[in-house]
Amino acid sequence: MDDRLGKGGNGTVVPAVLDARIAAGLAFLRRRLAGQYDIDEFGFDPDLTSNVLLPLIRPLAEKYFRAEVRGVENVPADGAALIVANHAGTIPIDALVTQLLIHDRTGRHLRLLAADLVFRLPVTGHLARKAGHTLACQEDTARLLEAGEVVGVWPEGFKGIGKPFNQRYQLQRFGRGGFVTAAAKAGAKIVPCAIVGAEEIYPIIADVKPLAKMLGLPYVPVTPTFPWLGPLGLLPLPSKWLVEFGPPIESSDLPEAAEDDPLSVLDMTSQVRETIQHMIYRLLAQRGSAYG
Amino acid sequence: MRRILVTGVSRPPGSALARRLAGEPEVARVIGVDVTPPRDDLPGVEFVRADIRSPVAAGLLDSEQVETIVHLGGLSGPAGRGAGREVAVIGTMQLLAAARRAMTLRAFVLASSTAVYGAGPNDAALATEDTPLPAGASGRARDAAEIEKYVEGLAQRRPDLRVCLLRLAPLAGPTVRTPLARYLRRTVVPTMLGYDPRLQLLHEDDAVDALLRATLAEAVGTYNVAAEGALYLSQATRRLGRPQLPVPAAMLPWFLGRVDPPLWLLRYGRVVDAARIKKELGFAPTYTTAEALQALRERR
Repeated sequence: MDDRLGKGGNGTVVPAVLDARIAAGLAFLRRRLAGQYDIDEFGFDPDLTSNVLLPLIRPLAEKYFRAEVRGVENVPADGAALIVANHAGTIPIDALVTQLLIHDRTGRHLRLLAADLVFRLPVTGHLARKAGHTLACQEDTARLLEAGEVVGVWPEGFKGIGKPFNQRYQLQRFGRGGFVTAAAKAGAKIVPCAIVGAEEIYPIIADVKPLAKMLGLPYVPVTPTFPWLGPLGLLPLPSKWLVEFGPPIESSDLPEAAEDDPLSVLDMTSQVRETIQHMIYRLLAQRGSAYG
Repeated sequence: MRRILVTGVSRPPGSALARRLAGEPEVARVIGVDVTPPRDDLPGVEFVRADIRSPVAAGLLDSEQVETIVHLGGLSGPAGRGAGREVAVIGTMQLLAAARRAMTLRAFVLASSTAVYGAGPNDAALATEDTPLPAGASGRARDAAEIEKYVEGLAQRRPDLRVCLLRLAPLAGPTVRTPLARYLRRTVVPTMLGYDPRLQLLHEDDAVDALLRATLAEAVGTYNVAAEGALYLSQATRRLGRPQLPVPAAMLPWFLGRVDPPLWLLRYGRVVDAARIKKELGFAPTYTTAEALQALRERR
């Protein structure tokens, strides 16, 4: 490419780039049609993730939400790490955006831990696996961390993502701290992560509980635009996003024999939770207006 | 010198195993039992045509002073459906009852299946030998789990017996005729709309090797046996060059007809962790899942 730049001047640069893109696109299609790509045992398909799934989220994160990243140096360049973040936004766009940001800034694939609902539903189940996600359970967390992966966990789960708008940026319960136990066992660092902006994409003003129960869903949200505007109501509001990774908590600071010491696990869990809550307040003050 | 009885000897994994066992220097006799005569020659194997449900098979244990039983009859019943499945389960019960009383018996090796784990949205990505088996299983998964339960019962009643269970991943290879193998060989492969399960296979030669190892080594306990790596069903059909036909889940049984791998497998897929057998018995399959899949192309 550099050669052509020097010799042909600007005139040939664009076609050369285009040629390379078309060639790469055709090679990708050929690979996909022949099934000649590799997946890992969890079902992670790096070829599809890097070439299709992440490029779909990239404009949303970079252009629409104008996501800014801070403290990305706190995400270890290699070895096992557990990213723990706050959850919001009705559908887990925040997790996907975090996956994209970590991939683009560090080159690492964030392996998300997702709820069983994701794997129960058609389409999302295999797409999540292909994107490198797996079920949030001790076995899978331990296996991924032992393989030296960077794993993402949203301990609030549905409590966080489905909370009403008037409770925005109030961290919900962090469960029993299974993630602390998993990190301690695998000797992985815990990286606290605060995401500001996801709360405003679909502000939940009500939850249709009977319908949710009937459909077997954790909640059925009513937002200012959904369901009133039909499919248009599915368009997220263009809030401004800030994502910050805090200094990692070394595994040596984690309780050693976690099973014997549930109290220190809970202590560490609430310490991580407090850290994230403070990071959120700081980011909120810096951001100012949500849709600015 | 050992005297070994192999059930289900007329079908491919059984006949290959019996032949291999007969060739081993430390094995004195190999007695093969099945309801149908073997398709190929079984040099060195004494074939007895008998139903394992009959007293004939039970009588063999004492009259031939059998030391080791390798039970492959539970792997897939003759037809693998309906009455065939019943034969597999009841036959195993009868065989186990006889085994309990057989005084010369020292070891029991069972070829089970990773189908015992079933698959669902709440399952960890990989099943290990310690993963609890699902309660609500049906069909072949339930049969396989039930057969395992009976064998564990035998282990409890006869603590002097060496009992080894091998949970084999779905077999693939030129002679394999299991529902999944026949499904993958179809010209158009009907799949469940909205689902793309992960598949993990085991080449039939590796299955024979693993069974041989478990029979001759002093292996005790339960082991997963599966090829390395996984493939999505969509990926597998593309690699085989077969078009996929996604149909709604409710209509899939109709499209599958008689070639019917379990629906839970076509929905969620099953991958297991086969690290234990590698660590404890030093066994690692020679074919990967991708290579085992290619072996489905050749047919014998």
